[in-house]
Amino acid sequence: MKTAGLAPPTPPSMIRWGCGICWGMAGLAVLVALSFWSLDLGLHRLFSGAALERMGRFILELSRPEVSADFLDKLGQAAFETLAMSFVGTLLAAVAGLVLAFLASDGPDSRPTILALSRLLLNLLRSVPDLMWAALLIISSGLGPMAGTLALALHTAGVLGRLFADASENAADHERACLRLAGASPIQCFLYVTLPSIIPQLLSYTLYRWENNIRAASVLGVVGAGGLGQMLSYHMGLFQMSETSSILITMILLVVLVDSVSYVTRRNLMR
Amino acid sequence: MPTFYAVEFKPWVFLEPQNLKVTANFLGDFFPPVFQSEFLLLLLKDAWTTIAIATAGMALALVFSVPLSIAASSALSVSSLTGPMHPVGFLVRQSIRWLLIVLRSIPELVWALIFVRVVGLGPAAGVLAIAVTYTGMLGKIYGEILESGDTQTSRAILVGGGGRLQAFSYGLLPQNATELLSYSVYRWECAIRSSAVLGFVGAGGLGQQMDASMKMFNGGEVATILMVLMLLVAMADQISSWMRRAVQ
Repeated sequence: MKTAGLAPPTPPSMIRWGCGICWGMAGLAVLVALSFWSLDLGLHRLFSGAALERMGRFILELSRPEVSADFLDKLGQAAFETLAMSFVGTLLAAVAGLVLAFLASDGPDSRPTILALSRLLLNLLRSVPDLMWAALLIISSGLGPMAGTLALALHTAGVLGRLFADASENAADHERACLRLAGASPIQCFLYVTLPSIIPQLLSYTLYRWENNIRAASVLGVVGAGGLGQMLSYHMGLFQMSETSSILITMILLVVLVDSVSYVTRRNLMR
Repeated sequence: MPTFYAVEFKPWVFLEPQNLKVTANFLGDFFPPVFQSEFLLLLLKDAWTTIAIATAGMALALVFSVPLSIAASSALSVSSLTGPMHPVGFLVRQSIRWLLIVLRSIPELVWALIFVRVVGLGPAAGVLAIAVTYTGMLGKIYGEILESGDTQTSRAILVGGGGRLQAFSYGLLPQNATELLSYSVYRWECAIRSSAVLGFVGAGGLGQQMDASMKMFNGGEVATILMVLMLLVAMADQISSWMRRAVQ
Protein backbone atom coordinates (compact mmCIF):
# COMPACT_ATOMS: atom_id res chain seq x y z
CA MET A 1 0.00 0.00 0.00
CA LYS A 2 1.39 3.35 -0.97
CA THR A 3 1.40 6.35 1.25
CA ALA A 4 1.56 9.89 0.00
CA GLY A 5 5.02 10.34 1.47
CA LEU A 6 6.53 7.50 -0.56
CA ALA A 7 5.03 8.48 -3.91
CA PRO A 8 7.77 9.15 -6.42
CA PRO A 9 8.07 12.80 -7.39
CA THR A 10 6.57 13.57 -10.77
CA PRO A 11 9.35 13.78 -13.32
CA PRO A 12 9.95 17.24 -14.78
CA SER A 13 8.11 17.95 -17.98
CA MET A 14 9.96 16.88 -21.12
CA ILE A 15 9.41 20.21 -22.78
CA ARG A 16 10.22 23.49 -21.10
CA TRP A 17 8.52 26.19 -23.12
CA GLY A 18 10.52 28.93 -21.50
CA CYS A 19 13.88 27.50 -22.60
CA GLY A 20 15.20 30.24 -24.88
CA ILE A 21 18.32 28.39 -25.87
CA CYS A 22 16.26 25.35 -27.01
CA TRP A 23 14.24 27.64 -29.28
CA GLY A 24 17.47 29.12 -30.55
CA MET A 25 18.81 25.66 -31.33
CA ALA A 26 15.59 24.63 -33.08
CA GLY A 27 15.76 27.85 -35.08
CA LEU A 28 19.33 27.06 -36.09
CA ALA A 29 18.34 23.56 -37.18
CA VAL A 30 15.58 24.99 -39.38
CA LEU A 31 18.04 27.54 -40.77
CA VAL A 32 20.52 24.79 -41.67
CA ALA A 33 17.82 22.69 -43.34
CA LEU A 34 16.51 25.69 -45.30
CA SER A 35 20.02 26.61 -46.40
CA PHE A 36 20.79 23.21 -47.87
CA TRP A 37 17.37 23.03 -49.48
CA SER A 38 17.45 26.50 -51.05
CA LEU A 39 21.02 26.36 -52.36
CA ASP A 40 20.47 23.21 -54.41
CA LEU A 41 24.16 22.34 -54.08
CA GLY A 42 24.15 19.08 -55.96
CA LEU A 43 26.94 17.82 -53.73
CA HIS A 44 26.33 14.32 -55.07
CA ARG A 45 27.90 15.59 -58.29
CA LEU A 46 31.10 15.99 -56.30
CA PHE A 47 31.26 12.24 -55.90
CA SER A 48 30.34 11.35 -59.46
CA GLY A 49 32.95 9.66 -61.63
CA ALA A 50 33.72 12.70 -63.76
CA ALA A 51 34.20 15.04 -60.80
CA LEU A 52 36.36 12.53 -58.96
CA GLU A 53 38.49 12.12 -62.04
CA ARG A 54 38.83 15.89 -62.41
CA MET A 55 39.74 16.21 -58.75
CA GLY A 56 42.32 13.42 -59.06
CA ARG A 57 43.95 15.06 -62.06
CA PHE A 58 43.89 18.40 -60.27
CA ILE A 59 45.66 16.99 -57.22
CA LEU A 60 48.18 15.18 -59.43
CA GLU A 61 49.00 18.46 -61.19
CA LEU A 62 49.31 20.25 -57.88
CA SER A 63 51.79 17.67 -56.57
CA ARG A 64 54.53 18.92 -58.90
CA PRO A 65 55.49 22.38 -57.65
CA GLU A 66 57.52 24.63 -59.92
CA VAL A 67 60.99 25.21 -58.43
CA SER A 68 63.03 26.93 -61.17
CA ALA A 69 65.29 29.68 -59.78
CA ASP A 70 63.61 32.35 -61.91
CA PHE A 71 60.18 31.54 -60.61
CA LEU A 72 61.31 31.20 -57.00
CA ASP A 73 62.86 34.66 -57.26
CA LYS A 74 59.55 36.16 -58.38
CA LEU A 75 57.76 34.17 -55.69
CA GLY A 76 60.09 35.53 -53.02
CA GLN A 77 59.39 39.08 -54.15
CA ALA A 78 55.64 38.50 -54.08
CA ALA A 79 55.87 36.92 -50.63
CA PHE A 80 57.83 39.92 -49.35
CA GLU A 81 55.26 42.23 -50.88
CA THR A 82 52.48 40.34 -49.09
CA LEU A 83 54.39 40.46 -45.82
CA ALA A 84 55.01 44.18 -46.27
CA MET A 85 51.34 44.82 -47.08
CA SER A 86 50.19 43.10 -43.92
CA PHE A 87 52.86 44.83 -41.82
CA VAL A 88 52.28 48.37 -43.08
CA GLY A 89 48.51 47.88 -43.10
CA THR A 90 48.47 46.73 -39.50
CA LEU A 91 50.84 49.53 -38.42
CA LEU A 92 48.71 52.25 -40.02
CA ALA A 93 45.59 50.64 -38.57
CA ALA A 94 47.05 50.60 -35.07
CA VAL A 95 47.85 54.33 -35.25
CA ALA A 96 44.45 55.24 -36.70
CA GLY A 97 42.69 52.88 -34.30
CA LEU A 98 44.38 54.53 -31.33
CA VAL A 99 43.24 57.99 -32.40
CA LEU A 100 39.69 56.78 -33.03
CA ALA A 101 39.65 54.86 -29.75
CA PHE A 102 40.57 58.03 -27.87
CA LEU A 103 37.56 59.74 -29.43
CA ALA A 104 35.22 56.76 -29.15
CA SER A 105 35.82 55.67 -25.56
CA ASP A 106 33.15 56.75 -23.13
CA GLY A 107 34.50 58.67 -20.16
CA PRO A 108 33.83 61.69 -17.99
CA ASP A 109 35.22 64.07 -20.64
CA SER A 110 33.70 62.67 -23.82
CA ARG A 111 31.21 64.72 -25.79
CA PRO A 112 28.12 62.84 -27.02
CA THR A 113 28.35 64.06 -30.64
CA ILE A 114 32.00 63.12 -31.07
CA LEU A 115 31.37 59.81 -29.34
CA ALA A 116 28.47 58.91 -31.63
CA LEU A 117 30.25 60.05 -34.79
CA SER A 118 33.47 58.20 -34.06
CA ARG A 119 31.59 55.03 -33.18
CA LEU A 120 29.61 55.24 -36.41
CA LEU A 121 32.87 55.62 -38.31
CA LEU A 122 34.37 52.60 -36.53
CA ASN A 123 31.31 50.49 -37.38
CA LEU A 124 31.45 51.61 -41.00
CA LEU A 125 35.14 50.75 -41.31
CA ARG A 126 34.66 47.40 -39.63
CA SER A 127 31.60 46.07 -41.41
CA VAL A 128 32.97 46.45 -44.95
CA PRO A 129 35.34 43.48 -45.49
CA ASP A 130 38.91 44.28 -46.54
CA LEU A 131 38.44 42.68 -49.93
CA MET A 132 35.62 45.08 -50.70
CA TRP A 133 37.67 48.05 -49.50
CA ALA A 134 40.41 46.89 -51.87
CA ALA A 135 37.99 46.63 -54.78
CA LEU A 136 36.72 50.14 -54.04
CA LEU A 137 40.17 51.69 -53.57
CA ILE A 138 41.47 50.18 -56.79
CA ILE A 139 39.02 52.37 -58.66
CA SER A 140 40.72 55.48 -57.22
CA SER A 141 44.36 54.46 -57.07
CA GLY A 142 44.77 51.88 -59.80
CA LEU A 143 46.04 48.32 -59.50
CA GLY A 144 48.87 47.59 -57.09
CA PRO A 145 49.83 46.78 -53.53
CA MET A 146 49.03 50.22 -52.14
CA ALA A 147 45.29 49.76 -52.61
CA GLY A 148 45.55 46.46 -50.75
CA THR A 149 47.59 47.98 -47.93
CA LEU A 150 45.13 50.81 -47.41
CA ALA A 151 42.21 48.38 -47.60
CA LEU A 152 43.76 46.30 -44.82
CA ALA A 153 44.46 49.48 -42.86
CA LEU A 154 40.87 50.75 -43.15
CA HIS A 155 39.18 47.51 -42.11
CA THR A 156 41.69 46.77 -39.34
CA ALA A 157 41.46 50.34 -38.01
CA GLY A 158 37.75 49.68 -37.47
CA VAL A 159 38.40 46.42 -35.64
CA LEU A 160 41.32 47.66 -33.55
CA GLY A 161 39.65 50.99 -32.75
CA ARG A 162 36.70 49.15 -31.26
CA LEU A 163 38.93 46.81 -29.22
CA PHE A 164 41.18 49.69 -28.08
CA ALA A 165 38.15 51.75 -27.03
CA ASP A 166 36.80 48.83 -25.00
CA ALA A 167 40.21 48.35 -23.39
CA SER A 168 40.58 51.99 -22.41
CA GLU A 169 37.05 52.12 -21.01
CA ASN A 170 37.78 49.08 -18.88
CA ALA A 171 41.08 50.52 -17.62
CA ALA A 172 40.82 51.82 -14.09
CA ASP A 173 40.01 55.54 -14.23
CA HIS A 174 40.94 56.26 -10.67
CA GLU A 175 44.31 57.80 -11.43
CA ARG A 176 42.89 59.57 -14.43
CA ALA A 177 40.39 61.35 -12.24
CA CYS A 178 43.25 62.43 -9.97
CA LEU A 179 45.21 63.87 -12.86
CA ARG A 180 42.14 65.65 -14.16
CA LEU A 181 41.59 67.24 -10.78
CA ALA A 182 45.23 68.36 -10.84
CA GLY A 183 44.50 70.20 -14.10
CA ALA A 184 45.76 67.89 -16.85
CA SER A 185 43.98 67.94 -20.22
CA PRO A 186 42.04 64.88 -21.48
CA ILE A 187 44.76 64.16 -24.04
CA GLN A 188 47.47 64.30 -21.38
CA CYS A 189 45.43 61.95 -19.22
CA PHE A 190 44.99 59.52 -22.09
CA LEU A 191 48.69 59.61 -22.96
CA TYR A 192 50.12 59.44 -19.46
CA VAL A 193 47.60 57.36 -17.51
CA THR A 194 45.29 55.26 -19.68
CA LEU A 195 47.72 54.38 -22.44
CA PRO A 196 50.58 53.00 -20.29
CA SER A 197 48.18 50.78 -18.39
CA ILE A 198 46.67 49.17 -21.48
CA ILE A 199 49.75 48.94 -23.72
CA PRO A 200 50.35 45.17 -23.30
CA GLN A 201 46.73 44.52 -24.26
CA LEU A 202 46.96 46.81 -27.29
CA LEU A 203 50.13 45.13 -28.51
CA SER A 204 48.60 41.73 -28.12
CA TYR A 205 45.48 42.72 -30.08
CA THR A 206 47.64 44.29 -32.79
CA LEU A 207 49.77 41.17 -33.16
CA TYR A 208 46.66 39.05 -33.34
CA ARG A 209 45.28 41.21 -36.13
CA TRP A 210 48.63 41.00 -37.92
CA GLU A 211 48.17 37.23 -38.01
CA ASN A 212 44.74 37.74 -39.57
CA ASN A 213 46.07 40.31 -42.01
CA ILE A 214 48.80 38.11 -43.41
CA ARG A 215 46.04 35.74 -44.51
CA ALA A 216 43.97 38.62 -45.83
CA ALA A 217 46.94 40.19 -47.64
CA SER A 218 47.67 36.97 -49.45
CA VAL A 219 44.20 36.94 -50.99
CA LEU A 220 43.66 40.66 -51.67
CA GLY A 221 45.66 40.20 -54.86
CA VAL A 222 42.76 38.27 -56.35
CA VAL A 223 41.02 41.59 -57.02
CA GLY A 224 44.30 43.06 -58.31
CA ALA A 225 45.88 44.45 -55.16
CA GLY A 226 49.34 42.90 -55.49
CA GLY A 227 51.24 40.24 -53.60
CA LEU A 228 50.90 36.46 -53.70
CA GLY A 229 47.17 36.60 -54.45
CA GLN A 230 47.69 38.45 -57.70
CA MET A 231 50.25 35.85 -58.79
CA LEU A 232 47.88 33.07 -57.75
CA SER A 233 44.91 34.33 -59.72
CA TYR A 234 47.18 34.98 -62.75
CA HIS A 235 48.69 31.49 -62.85
CA MET A 236 45.46 29.77 -61.91
CA GLY A 237 43.69 31.64 -64.69
CA LEU A 238 46.23 30.20 -67.13
CA PHE A 239 45.79 26.70 -65.64
CA GLN A 240 49.50 26.57 -64.75
CA MET A 241 49.09 24.17 -61.90
CA SER A 242 52.71 23.60 -60.89
CA GLU A 243 53.18 27.37 -60.39
CA THR A 244 49.89 27.48 -58.49
CA SER A 245 51.12 24.70 -56.25
CA SER A 246 54.35 26.56 -55.38
CA ILE A 247 52.35 29.70 -54.56
CA LEU A 248 50.01 27.76 -52.27
CA ILE A 249 52.97 26.20 -50.44
CA THR A 250 54.52 29.66 -50.00
CA MET A 251 51.25 30.97 -48.56
CA ILE A 252 51.09 28.15 -46.02
CA LEU A 253 54.73 28.72 -45.01
CA LEU A 254 54.19 32.47 -44.63
CA VAL A 255 51.10 31.99 -42.48
CA VAL A 256 52.81 29.41 -40.27
CA LEU A 257 55.85 31.70 -39.92
CA VAL A 258 53.83 34.76 -38.87
CA ASP A 259 51.64 32.68 -36.58
CA SER A 260 54.59 31.30 -34.67
CA VAL A 261 56.40 34.66 -34.42
CA SER A 262 53.26 36.30 -33.11
CA TYR A 263 52.52 33.39 -30.75
CA VAL A 264 55.96 33.58 -29.16
CA THR A 265 55.82 37.38 -28.86
CA ARG A 266 52.38 37.33 -27.30
CA ARG A 267 53.42 34.70 -24.78
CA ASN A 268 56.38 36.84 -23.77
CA LEU A 269 54.13 39.90 -23.49
CA MET A 270 51.75 38.12 -21.17
CA ARG A 271 54.45 37.23 -18.69
CA MET B 1 60.80 51.75 -44.30
CA PRO B 2 61.69 49.11 -46.94
CA THR B 3 58.22 47.72 -46.32
CA PHE B 4 56.64 51.09 -47.16
CA TYR B 5 58.73 51.11 -50.34
CA ALA B 6 57.67 47.54 -51.15
CA VAL B 7 53.97 48.33 -51.01
CA GLU B 8 54.49 51.35 -53.30
CA PHE B 9 53.10 53.57 -50.59
CA LYS B 10 52.30 56.73 -52.52
CA PRO B 11 49.05 58.09 -51.14
CA TRP B 12 49.36 61.19 -53.30
CA VAL B 13 48.28 59.22 -56.38
CA PHE B 14 44.78 59.57 -54.95
CA LEU B 15 45.15 63.32 -55.52
CA GLU B 16 46.23 63.18 -59.14
CA PRO B 17 43.63 65.03 -61.19
CA GLN B 18 42.61 62.11 -63.39
CA ASN B 19 42.26 59.72 -60.43
CA LEU B 20 40.35 62.36 -58.50
CA LYS B 21 37.96 62.70 -61.40
CA VAL B 22 37.28 58.94 -61.54
CA THR B 23 36.81 58.79 -57.77
CA ALA B 24 34.52 61.80 -57.76
CA ASN B 25 32.41 60.34 -60.56
CA PHE B 26 32.15 56.99 -58.85
CA LEU B 27 31.39 58.42 -55.42
CA GLY B 28 28.96 60.88 -56.97
CA ASP B 29 27.11 57.89 -58.43
CA PHE B 30 26.61 56.56 -54.88
CA PHE B 31 23.86 59.13 -54.46
CA PRO B 32 21.12 58.34 -54.85
CA PRO B 33 21.45 54.62 -54.05
CA VAL B 34 19.32 52.38 -56.25
CA PHE B 35 16.06 51.57 -54.50
CA GLN B 36 14.03 50.00 -57.33
CA SER B 37 11.89 47.17 -56.05
CA GLU B 38 13.28 44.70 -58.61
CA PHE B 39 16.86 45.39 -57.55
CA LEU B 40 15.96 45.22 -53.87
CA LEU B 41 14.28 41.87 -54.43
CA LEU B 42 17.38 40.62 -56.19
CA LEU B 43 19.52 41.80 -53.28
CA LEU B 44 17.21 40.12 -50.79
CA LYS B 45 17.72 36.86 -52.64
CA ASP B 46 21.48 37.40 -52.70
CA ALA B 47 21.51 38.22 -48.99
CA TRP B 48 19.73 34.94 -48.29
CA THR B 49 22.21 33.07 -50.50
CA THR B 50 25.03 34.62 -48.48
CA ILE B 51 23.45 33.49 -45.20
CA ALA B 52 22.67 30.05 -46.60
CA ILE B 53 26.23 29.51 -47.89
CA ALA B 54 27.62 30.45 -44.48
CA THR B 55 25.16 28.23 -42.61
CA ALA B 56 25.53 25.20 -44.85
CA GLY B 57 29.33 25.54 -44.83
CA MET B 58 29.34 25.86 -41.07
CA ALA B 59 27.11 22.77 -40.71
CA LEU B 60 29.45 20.70 -42.87
CA ALA B 61 32.44 22.03 -40.93
CA LEU B 62 30.80 20.86 -37.69
CA VAL B 63 30.22 17.41 -39.14
CA PHE B 64 33.93 17.06 -39.93
CA SER B 65 35.57 18.98 -37.11
CA VAL B 66 33.77 17.36 -34.17
CA PRO B 67 35.03 13.80 -34.83
CA LEU B 68 38.47 15.11 -35.80
CA SER B 69 38.85 17.12 -32.61
CA ILE B 70 37.68 14.19 -30.48
CA ALA B 71 40.20 11.95 -32.22
CA ALA B 72 42.99 14.52 -31.80
CA SER B 73 42.34 15.41 -28.17
CA SER B 74 45.05 14.07 -25.87
CA ALA B 75 42.60 14.34 -22.96
CA LEU B 76 41.04 11.10 -24.22
CA SER B 77 44.30 9.16 -24.52
CA VAL B 78 44.09 5.89 -22.59
CA SER B 79 47.82 5.18 -22.72
CA SER B 80 48.83 8.55 -21.30
CA LEU B 81 46.88 7.80 -18.11
CA THR B 82 49.70 5.56 -16.96
CA GLY B 83 52.75 6.86 -18.78
CA PRO B 84 53.85 8.35 -22.08
CA MET B 85 51.35 8.23 -24.93
CA HIS B 86 51.46 5.13 -27.13
CA PRO B 87 53.43 5.92 -30.32
CA VAL B 88 50.54 4.97 -32.61
CA GLY B 89 48.13 7.21 -30.73
CA PHE B 90 50.70 10.01 -30.81
CA LEU B 91 51.21 9.62 -34.55
CA VAL B 92 47.47 9.63 -35.28
CA ARG B 93 46.83 12.71 -33.12
CA GLN B 94 49.81 14.58 -34.55
CA SER B 95 48.86 13.86 -38.16
CA ILE B 96 45.30 15.06 -37.57
CA ARG B 97 46.73 18.28 -36.14
CA TRP B 98 48.90 18.80 -39.19
CA LEU B 99 45.91 18.19 -41.46
CA LEU B 100 43.95 20.84 -39.56
CA ILE B 101 46.86 23.30 -39.87
CA VAL B 102 46.98 22.86 -43.65
CA LEU B 103 43.20 23.22 -43.93
CA ARG B 104 43.14 26.53 -42.09
CA SER B 105 46.39 28.03 -43.45
CA ILE B 106 44.96 28.34 -46.95
CA PRO B 107 42.48 31.24 -46.87
CA GLU B 108 38.87 30.44 -47.73
CA LEU B 109 39.04 32.62 -50.81
CA VAL B 110 41.81 30.45 -52.23
CA TRP B 111 39.87 27.30 -51.37
CA ALA B 112 36.93 28.85 -53.21
CA LEU B 113 39.13 29.45 -56.28
CA ILE B 114 40.17 25.80 -56.15
CA PHE B 115 36.61 24.50 -55.71
CA VAL B 116 35.30 26.72 -58.50
CA ARG B 117 37.71 24.74 -60.69
CA VAL B 118 36.38 21.41 -59.43
CA VAL B 119 32.60 21.89 -59.06
CA GLY B 120 32.10 24.92 -61.29
CA LEU B 121 30.77 28.41 -60.53
CA GLY B 122 28.01 28.64 -57.96
CA PRO B 123 27.24 28.37 -54.27
CA ALA B 124 28.61 24.81 -53.97
CA ALA B 125 32.17 26.16 -54.27
CA GLY B 126 31.50 28.70 -51.51
CA VAL B 127 29.95 26.11 -49.20
CA LEU B 128 32.88 23.71 -49.66
CA ALA B 129 35.44 26.50 -49.16
CA ILE B 130 33.86 27.56 -45.87
CA ALA B 131 33.45 23.93 -44.80
CA VAL B 132 37.13 23.15 -45.38
CA THR B 133 38.61 26.29 -43.76
CA TYR B 134 36.28 26.18 -40.79
CA THR B 135 36.93 22.48 -40.23
CA GLY B 136 40.56 23.48 -39.69
CA MET B 137 39.73 26.35 -37.33
CA LEU B 138 36.96 24.66 -35.35
CA GLY B 139 38.96 21.44 -35.05
CA LYS B 140 41.87 23.32 -33.52
CA ILE B 141 39.83 25.44 -31.13
CA TYR B 142 37.57 22.55 -30.03
CA GLY B 143 40.68 20.50 -29.29
CA GLU B 144 42.15 23.33 -27.25
CA ILE B 145 38.92 23.84 -25.29
CA LEU B 146 38.63 20.12 -24.52
CA GLU B 147 42.22 19.95 -23.27
CA SER B 148 42.21 23.21 -21.31
CA GLY B 149 39.27 22.32 -19.06
CA ASP B 150 39.29 20.10 -16.00
CA THR B 151 39.88 16.53 -17.22
CA GLN B 152 39.38 14.74 -13.92
CA THR B 153 35.92 13.34 -14.69
CA SER B 154 36.89 11.99 -18.08
CA ARG B 155 40.06 10.47 -16.64
CA ALA B 156 38.03 8.80 -13.91
CA ILE B 157 35.73 7.32 -16.55
CA LEU B 158 38.70 6.07 -18.59
CA VAL B 159 40.38 4.59 -15.51
CA GLY B 160 37.12 2.90 -14.59
CA GLY B 161 37.11 1.13 -17.94
CA GLY B 162 34.77 3.39 -19.86
CA GLY B 163 35.28 3.92 -23.56
CA ARG B 164 36.66 7.11 -25.08
CA LEU B 165 33.28 8.14 -26.46
CA GLN B 166 31.71 7.66 -23.02
CA ALA B 167 34.48 9.67 -21.40
CA PHE B 168 33.84 12.41 -23.96
CA SER B 169 30.06 12.55 -23.66
CA TYR B 170 29.84 12.21 -19.87
CA GLY B 171 33.13 13.80 -18.81
CA LEU B 172 34.34 16.43 -21.27
CA LEU B 173 31.18 17.55 -23.05
CA PRO B 174 29.05 18.63 -20.06
CA GLN B 175 31.92 20.69 -18.70
CA ASN B 176 32.82 22.48 -21.89
CA ALA B 177 29.43 22.66 -23.64
CA THR B 178 28.90 26.38 -23.00
CA GLU B 179 32.28 27.39 -24.30
CA LEU B 180 32.03 25.14 -27.35
CA LEU B 181 28.59 26.47 -28.19
CA SER B 182 29.45 30.11 -27.77
CA TYR B 183 32.58 29.76 -29.88
CA SER B 184 30.61 28.00 -32.64
CA VAL B 185 28.03 30.77 -32.72
CA TYR B 186 30.78 33.37 -32.94
CA ARG B 187 32.31 31.47 -35.87
CA TRP B 188 28.97 31.37 -37.66
CA GLU B 189 28.96 35.16 -37.53
CA CYS B 190 32.46 35.16 -39.07
CA ALA B 191 31.29 32.73 -41.74
CA ILE B 192 28.63 35.21 -42.87
CA ARG B 193 31.29 37.85 -43.39
CA SER B 194 33.45 35.44 -45.38
CA SER B 195 30.63 34.19 -47.53
CA ALA B 196 29.79 37.77 -48.54
CA VAL B 197 33.33 38.07 -49.85
CA LEU B 198 33.48 34.66 -51.55
CA GLY B 199 31.07 35.93 -54.20
CA PHE B 200 33.94 37.90 -55.70
CA VAL B 201 35.38 34.69 -57.13
CA GLY B 202 32.01 33.53 -58.41
CA ALA B 203 30.48 31.68 -55.47
CA GLY B 204 27.17 33.54 -55.54
CA GLY B 205 25.58 35.89 -53.03
CA LEU B 206 26.13 39.58 -52.30
CA GLY B 207 29.82 39.53 -53.27
CA GLN B 208 29.05 38.40 -56.79
CA GLN B 209 26.42 41.12 -57.20
CA MET B 210 28.89 43.71 -55.90
CA ASP B 211 31.56 42.52 -58.29
CA ALA B 212 29.11 42.82 -61.19
CA SER B 213 27.92 46.31 -60.21
CA MET B 214 31.46 47.50 -59.64
CA LYS B 215 32.65 46.32 -63.03
CA MET B 216 29.89 48.41 -64.57
CA PHE B 217 30.91 51.38 -62.37
CA ASN B 218 27.32 51.55 -61.14
CA GLY B 219 27.87 53.52 -57.93
CA GLY B 220 24.21 53.62 -56.95
CA GLU B 221 23.96 49.84 -56.93
CA VAL B 222 27.25 49.52 -55.05
CA ALA B 223 25.96 51.91 -52.38
CA THR B 224 22.78 49.86 -51.91
CA ILE B 225 24.76 46.60 -51.74
CA LEU B 226 27.11 48.07 -49.13
CA MET B 227 24.11 49.13 -47.05
CA VAL B 228 22.53 45.67 -47.26
CA LEU B 229 25.87 44.13 -46.32
CA MET B 230 26.21 46.34 -43.26
CA LEU B 231 22.67 45.53 -42.19
CA LEU B 232 23.37 41.81 -42.62
CA VAL B 233 26.59 41.94 -40.61
CA ALA B 234 24.94 44.00 -37.87
CA MET B 235 22.06 41.52 -37.72
CA ALA B 236 24.37 38.52 -37.44
CA ASP B 237 26.30 40.44 -34.77
CA GLN B 238 23.14 40.98 -32.74
CA ILE B 239 21.84 37.41 -33.06
CA SER B 240 25.20 35.94 -32.20
CA SER B 241 25.73 38.13 -29.14
CA TRP B 242 22.18 37.38 -27.99
CA MET B 243 22.77 33.63 -28.32
CA ARG B 244 26.14 33.80 -26.61
CA ARG B 245 24.60 35.66 -23.70
CA ALA B 246 21.75 33.11 -23.55
CA VAL B 247 24.11 30.15 -23.14
CA GLN B 248 26.23 31.79 -20.45
